[in-house]
Amino acid sequence: MSGRPRYQLVVIGVSAGGLKVLKSLLGALPGDFPWPILIVQHLRAGGDSSPAGVLRRYAALRLKEADAGEPVVPRTAYFAPANYHLLLERDLTLALSVDPPVRYARPSVDVLFESAADAVGAGVIGIVLTGANDDGSAGLQAIRSAGGLVIAQDPDEAEVAQMPLAAIHAGPIDHILPLAQIASLLCDLAGPEMPS
Amino acid sequence: MTTDRLEEIELRLLLDGILAVYGYDFRDYAEASLKRRVRHWLQAQPFTTLSLAQNAILRDRAVFSSFVAGITVNVSEMFRDPEFFVALRKQVVPFLRTWPFIRIWVAGCSGGEEAYSLAIVLDEEGLLQRSRIYATDINETILDRARDGILPLAEMQKFTRNYQRAGGTRAFADYYTARYDRALLAGRLKENILFTAHNLSVDADFGEMQMILCRNVLIYFNRDLKNRVLDLFDRALTSGGFLCLGLKESLDGSSLTGLYPELSRGLRIYRKSYPD
Repeated sequence: MSGRPRYQLVVIGVSAGGLKVLKSLLGALPGDFPWPILIVQHLRAGGDSSPAGVLRRYAALRLKEADAGEPVVPRTAYFAPANYHLLLERDLTLALSVDPPVRYARPSVDVLFESAADAVGAGVIGIVLTGANDDGSAGLQAIRSAGGLVIAQDPDEAEVAQMPLAAIHAGPIDHILPLAQIASLLCDLAGPEMPS
Repeated sequence: MTTDRLEEIELRLLLDGILAVYGYDFRDYAEASLKRRVRHWLQAQPFTTLSLAQNAILRDRAVFSSFVAGITVNVSEMFRDPEFFVALRKQVVPFLRTWPFIRIWVAGCSGGEEAYSLAIVLDEEGLLQRSRIYATDINETILDRARDGILPLAEMQKFTRNYQRAGGTRAFADYYTARYDRALLAGRLKENILFTAHNLSVDADFGEMQMILCRNVLIYFNRDLKNRVLDLFDRALTSGGFLCLGLKESLDGSSLTGLYPELSRGLRIYRKSYPD
């Protein structure tokens, strides 16, 4: 294979209570992991601190809350701000919206995933982790239809199985894996693009 | 050709058509959200594709209005981001007091929630009688709703909580009357608000404003349109006037960077400098 790398971007959906899994997933990625990572985590109403701030000391990557209009750059993970949808534009800048919640969620995993599928198509890797609803199922299938790679956390391992289970029931999933193996799969896929 | 690619072409053709026929320019709306809204609108229509809808949109004003409503409606709340209203009271009101007459533009006012919240603050600060709020939106249907000052009663609990956290000094229930499932806002709040149609992407500015509120509107625009609108606001504001944006919007990277110091970090209240 030559020319443009197969993948360009990772999107992750995780429901409330997902801090623990994000801590171990982001903690397992090296600081030179090349692709930008966009994360929607459902936050509890009136929730306090931003996950980017809480997780910063566990991750080698740069973590930040997404700003409207900012271009995504490598080696950085962006979190949807509380109460805003996060979307990706075709010019690889981030967009926010205060459109109504999608099936009770704002930010919504589906909104992020569908926009990423539109923007980057086959270049997206979509991952659904633990969670207590079915957000992300439709988005994962949109990514798959666009030619991207779709991954669900092994429901047996997930703290709350409903979100990965819903994703698995909604259509074909390329990989159903425990968290540790998701991290190593990402590193393997990115391997050729990492300096050493 | 893929469906996605076709959809992009259809959307571009439609937006060109709308500009030519109606003079509304949606070409510089941020694409990702616009696409979602267009798809959402289309799902509720009898047309299977945007090309089929185009015929009706370009020929039938009622269908066009429904399309505009579908792609421009912004959801809002009364006293959304209470910390913003706290800062408004503490840091902006003292300056507003120094003007004999206060003109405020609420751009993209949607159902009027922001304009009415502002009217309440001005009322409590004793400034409403010498203020005039120009509340504008592109969407005529929603302006009718805003003029009526009617909100869903179910929302009032949340709005009351917002109001209290925003530093409200009275009982929020004094500002509305409950009628069945709706809340009717007090008539005196409406007296100094002028709701009127205005299209930020093509219309000229209103002049001599002491303050402009445009929160969570620019996030739906691309960089070009955002800059054009900010220039419009710059022309409309008097020196020393205030520009208030949404909490996730900023002037960084815009044509006004550096010219409008932020009053209180992170709350997106900017003040236009006086000329040297």
